[in-house]
Amino acid sequence: MSFAFSTIQELRKQLLAKEVHPKELVESLLDRISSVDSRIKAYNYLHPERALEAAEKADVSLPLGGVPIAVKDLISVRGEPCTCSSRLLEGYIAPYDATVIERLRGAGAILLGRTNMDEFAMGSSTENSAWGVTRNPWDLSRVPGGSSGGSAAAVAAHEAIAALGSDTGGSIRQPAAFCGCVGLKPTYGRVSRYGLTAFASSLDQIGPLTKTVADAALLLEIIAGEDSRDNTCEPEPAPSFSAKLGEEIRGMTLGVPKEYFVSGIDPEVEAAMQKAIAHLEGLGATLREISLPHTSYSIATYYLVATAEASANLARFDGMRYGRRAPGCDDLLETYGRTRDEGFGREVKRRILLGTYSLSSGYYDAYYLRAQKVRMRIREDFLTAFRDCQAIVTPTSPMPAFRLGERTEDPLQMYLADIFTIAVNLAGLCAISVPCGFTQSGLPIGLQIIGPMWKEETVLQVGYAYEQSTNWHTRRPSLGQG
Amino acid sequence: MTYEAVIGLEVHVQLKTETKLFCGCRNEFGAEPNSHVCPVCLGLPGALPVPNEEAVIKTILTGLMMGSSIRARAKFDRKNYFYPDMPKNYQISQYDQPLCLEGGVNLPVLAFPKDAQKEEQALAGKRVRLVRIHLEEDVGKSFHLENCSGIDFNRAGTPLMEIVTEADLTTPEEAFALLTTIREILRYGKVSDVDMEKGQLRCDVNISVRPVGTEAFGTKREIKNLNSISAVRRALKHEIQTQIHLVSSGGTVVQQTLRWDDARGETIPMRTKEQAHDYRYFPDPDLLPIRTEGRLRTEAERRMPELPETKKGRLCQTYGLSEYQASVLASDPPLAEYFEEAARSTRHPLPLANLVLNDYLALRQEDPGQVPVPAEYLGELADLQSEGTLNSRQTREVLAILIQTPRPPKEIAKERGLTQISDSQVLEAFCREAISANPKSVADFKGGKSAAINALKGFVMKKTRGQANPQRIHELLESLLREP
Amino acid sequence: MEKSAFPFLPETDAFRYGYSVPTVAIDVAYVAGLARLRLSPEEIETFGNQLEQVLAYVKKLEEVDVQDVVLVGEEKGFQNRLRPDRALPELSTNEALENAPQRGSGLFLVPRILE
Ligand SMILES: [Mg+2]
Ligand SMILES: [Zn+2]
Repeated sequence: MSFAFSTIQELRKQLLAKEVHPKELVESLLDRISSVDSRIKAYNYLHPERALEAAEKADVSLPLGGVPIAVKDLISVRGEPCTCSSRLLEGYIAPYDATVIERLRGAGAILLGRTNMDEFAMGSSTENSAWGVTRNPWDLSRVPGGSSGGSAAAVAAHEAIAALGSDTGGSIRQPAAFCGCVGLKPTYGRVSRYGLTAFASSLDQIGPLTKTVADAALLLEIIAGEDSRDNTCEPEPAPSFSAKLGEEIRGMTLGVPKEYFVSGIDPEVEAAMQKAIAHLEGLGATLREISLPHTSYSIATYYLVATAEASANLARFDGMRYGRRAPGCDDLLETYGRTRDEGFGREVKRRILLGTYSLSSGYYDAYYLRAQKVRMRIREDFLTAFRDCQAIVTPTSPMPAFRLGERTEDPLQMYLADIFTIAVNLAGLCAISVPCGFTQSGLPIGLQIIGPMWKEETVLQVGYAYEQSTNWHTRRPSLGQG
Repeated sequence: MTYEAVIGLEVHVQLKTETKLFCGCRNEFGAEPNSHVCPVCLGLPGALPVPNEEAVIKTILTGLMMGSSIRARAKFDRKNYFYPDMPKNYQISQYDQPLCLEGGVNLPVLAFPKDAQKEEQALAGKRVRLVRIHLEEDVGKSFHLENCSGIDFNRAGTPLMEIVTEADLTTPEEAFALLTTIREILRYGKVSDVDMEKGQLRCDVNISVRPVGTEAFGTKREIKNLNSISAVRRALKHEIQTQIHLVSSGGTVVQQTLRWDDARGETIPMRTKEQAHDYRYFPDPDLLPIRTEGRLRTEAERRMPELPETKKGRLCQTYGLSEYQASVLASDPPLAEYFEEAARSTRHPLPLANLVLNDYLALRQEDPGQVPVPAEYLGELADLQSEGTLNSRQTREVLAILIQTPRPPKEIAKERGLTQISDSQVLEAFCREAISANPKSVADFKGGKSAAINALKGFVMKKTRGQANPQRIHELLESLLREP
Repeated sequence: MEKSAFPFLPETDAFRYGYSVPTVAIDVAYVAGLARLRLSPEEIETFGNQLEQVLAYVKKLEEVDVQDVVLVGEEKGFQNRLRPDRALPELSTNEALENAPQRGSGLFLVPRILE
């Protein structure tokens, strides 16, 4: 039988009981990948020999001993490509391990391969990839979401037991919702960003995409915690995120932001949401309407902050020290210009332009600085709201997975896919997306549970309680056309 | 019409630290190219900066030494422009919240070039105000090859402190004096070695000219990357002449960035550089702001040295040294410290100063690999000389031995039989012998040729193998010859 | 739950066709130059239009009162996080140069830099 359909927790038991050898596990996954990835295209890069070799030597007594993990293609793994799905990084081999990779290795995990994404994490559909689009396992004519679409699709299609993604404005949660898996964005500063190719430094966080909430807690436990190589990483020791799993949510107050339930949400998403709310009430939680009055400013704020930071972060991709350099140029300026023109896709260029413009002479105060200040207002909204509730529940995305190509040339429509997730990054909070239903046509719908800073235990507890009392997470995708 | 120049400096100083500003690579000059690099200073995808505490403390200390106000909160910003020697295509620098604001530096006479020290301007004791002092990362080093350029990133990311002055300077000599003074202060604080050969001090100058007596500034030009104090003086001299010539012949100065070609003695307009200087500064989101209050500030205060000016005054006062002696000592803090330690074991600090500044320094220069002489021995030696036990030649001889194998100078003098004969009875016997053996010189002397006494002195010195106290012999001979 | 009017969704059509907002004219070529992007005339045109729309949209941030806002890192109780001045492992010269599109004599080779 294939082990590909298992969760980390299930495999841990089997590995420890010696019912399966890590090598069989890796082989099982490689089989699964070779039979389905031609339809999904979740992976950019696999290194089967390396994974098998690591499996041979795996120490199953370690917390992730022998468990294969897929990693989004923007996290540095020593000796492997790290293309960020960009032509510009073609040929680049990372000479060092990201902190999260060191920790995965230290916990005995086996690195299986690198997953597809929107180029430099800019996008919500994984269509902006130099290496081809990833398809949604529930409907191959639809997008998996993005930018961690490859990671979400790999987990959903059982091509990975679990994966790492990164979330700048919803890039873990939104694809998790589109693909019907669990996605956790940790509090800003919870997980070291060292080795994560930066999109927007003040928003980016690495987090897990998994089949269950318990697996997300487990994976977060491994990757979280102090790192002296990231100035923005909290020195606080990470708690045991699994500790509160299974604790009742009876008596807990959950907020429902009134600004999030407005027309424009897909009716099926809204219906699923109302059912989820009723379900949580049934578990004994009190649901209370709250207000996040600055919600309407979050997209504008996000696009100014993120693009400004990105314009500087992506300046280093110039073909001088690594990556692809445009051939046959006469001089330095032409080399810069053509390398970056040929190397970057349209969405990346668009965002670099916006960021460059908003920082350029005379505009800093009006754009970037103002956006940073509005950002603090958005943060205050949440601080106030969390005085009345322990967590906030919302849909993860206003719509289910959309069709490939549907929004590529309409940047604003694309940006709207992130309206419920963006504010969480702006405020530095943690949030999880768990499956909470399906549309008539069988597309997954996600429930977002937002917690205060450093309260991952709470969102995991609520997510777990919801997941364990529903069975959405047990469905498997058909890997066909919807 | 006469014109005056208005000059401001941006002085870049390499800080003396073990590691770079934002990564743990060694901050070492002269290593094999690209041997001190890591993901951070190469700007690899995913690498992140973490500030070096020592560099921050040294910048605060510099601020304290130069009377700046240390900002309670400082931050790092990104300065965006593309250049192949800068791995991230932005430089982490400080824009609107630098570590230090304001402050100033006084220009002492001796800081001026030697040929200008007598001029009124040097004697005026001018104070040059500072705008700010901030901390930033240095860029890599480029080499111009035949068809391309080559880059060594060893220097990329090393800590660079930028001291920006007000446009308070009016002559190349003042600029020279300012840089000399800054160099001295930085060495005092052990902030930097300020080694010019290693490019540890580099300077950009802004310069304009205007008719004397007018308020408005002329169009300024910037000369970039001057890497020695004397080059700054030469470049400014040249540029001031050029601008005055232009303006006085009815032309206008065009705003420009220039490069100084020291070999050819001329400024050359730079062909590239950022268009319109649109650097798009913004706070670096990878770095937390810095609070200077508390540990950083306390540590900088703890390291605060006695400053050159204060030291000079105190040396004059305490030991009765001349202005010149005090300045020379003050310009070399370890030497001054050595002198003061030695002074504790002598009753004659002034002769000690001469001993240190003339003989000791000369001998040390001849043989840099010498053994350090315990300071108390030098003090004792000064006593031996001052109190007549050794003459100056003997003193030098003892010192030379002392430097080879340190032992108490008294012992050395004894072993070598180098005690000066000052005993009047013994000397008198030698003098009488000289008189009776040299009747001609005696006659000459008595006939009015007072220089004839030297022959008699030489006789005594020869007889005593140079150990006689020359002063005493002179006195004795004179009185003996005057005897009726 | 009561539905409010549609406050967060940009009224896409309205703002795309420039209702009350005057479009912000941008010199795309200048911005592209700063960003070292060599764009085609077609791209300059398209991106220019799209950016102008986005900039018109973000103008709504002017409605927010941002007086007395305290930015992150300016709060009370904030702690420094600095690194002790101690050497850490470095890359070897080979590792450093391995990714260089062009290298020689231990250097990264790049198109000629003009001064
Ligand atoms: Mg500077
Ligand atoms: Zn380094």
